[in-house]
Amino acid sequence: MRAAVIQFPGSNCDRDMAVAINEIMGAETSLVWHRESELPQGLDLIAIPGGFSYGDYLRSGAMAARSPVMQAVVDAAGRGVPVLGVCNGFQILTEAGLLPGALMRNAGIRFVCRTVKLTIENSQSIFTSQYDSGEEISIPVAHHDGNYFADDVTLDRLEGEGRVAFRYAENVNGSARDIAGLLNDAGNVLGMMPHPERMIGAVHGGSDGRRLFEGLIREIA
Amino acid sequence: MKTRVFVTLKNGVLDPQGKAIHHALEGLGFAGVNDVRAGRLIEIDHEPSVSKSDLEAMCMKLLANMVIENFEIEQAA
Repeated sequence: MRAAVIQFPGSNCDRDMAVAINEIMGAETSLVWHRESELPQGLDLIAIPGGFSYGDYLRSGAMAARSPVMQAVVDAAGRGVPVLGVCNGFQILTEAGLLPGALMRNAGIRFVCRTVKLTIENSQSIFTSQYDSGEEISIPVAHHDGNYFADDVTLDRLEGEGRVAFRYAENVNGSARDIAGLLNDAGNVLGMMPHPERMIGAVHGGSDGRRLFEGLIREIA
Repeated sequence: MKTRVFVTLKNGVLDPQGKAIHHALEGLGFAGVNDVRAGRLIEIDHEPSVSKSDLEAMCMKLLANMVIENFEIEQAA
């Protein structure tokens, strides 16, 4: 099993993500710099980590989404390679057009950094198959721009297609319809603001993020 | 040549920053402010060969996020 974690200037969850993938999935995980225009061959998973790529200049994720490696990520996603974007990774995926909508400044203006309760909305995806639908889990968030926005027509469509993977049980940032995690139409791209890689064992105070990676092993293997 | 690009949030898109600025203005005692919307001004210094449609492409590809924002191009002499 092979995975890549993309690194941008300002990424800061790249190592945590690589450790989670490597430890839980046993995947050979390479870190790929944003200037690369090609990804390693035969990838089973691409992760876009959290952080503040390009200092959030212009808009969160805007610059990173236009970096050379992202064209390769878009191509790979089109071929069905699973892509997981967490926090800044979710912002980058929306800016790159791999997921609809946009992530705006938190409605309360404040940076939110704490563990939040999420409800599993769709347990049929490759990312969420080890969770139960309706189950409540605890995962940390740490973001300033996590307020998900899309127009009502898009939101209705996303809900109708079962593309909301996670919802906030308590809405911490003003996100439309409490959306915390979203799938693309093919189901191989997931963007989420909460950090599953920061909840994978006793040292983190919980392991609710672990099953996301465990589920991927089964789906990919 | 200099061109100014104004990027603003679309109508109906909640603007938490504008709201905070509005509250701060009220806190400073400025009365009569009905609403504040915050946007972004981008100044581009370019060759005359850069056309209006080039500038529009820049806006749509990078400078504005068309999901939530509108842009206005003001070409100076």
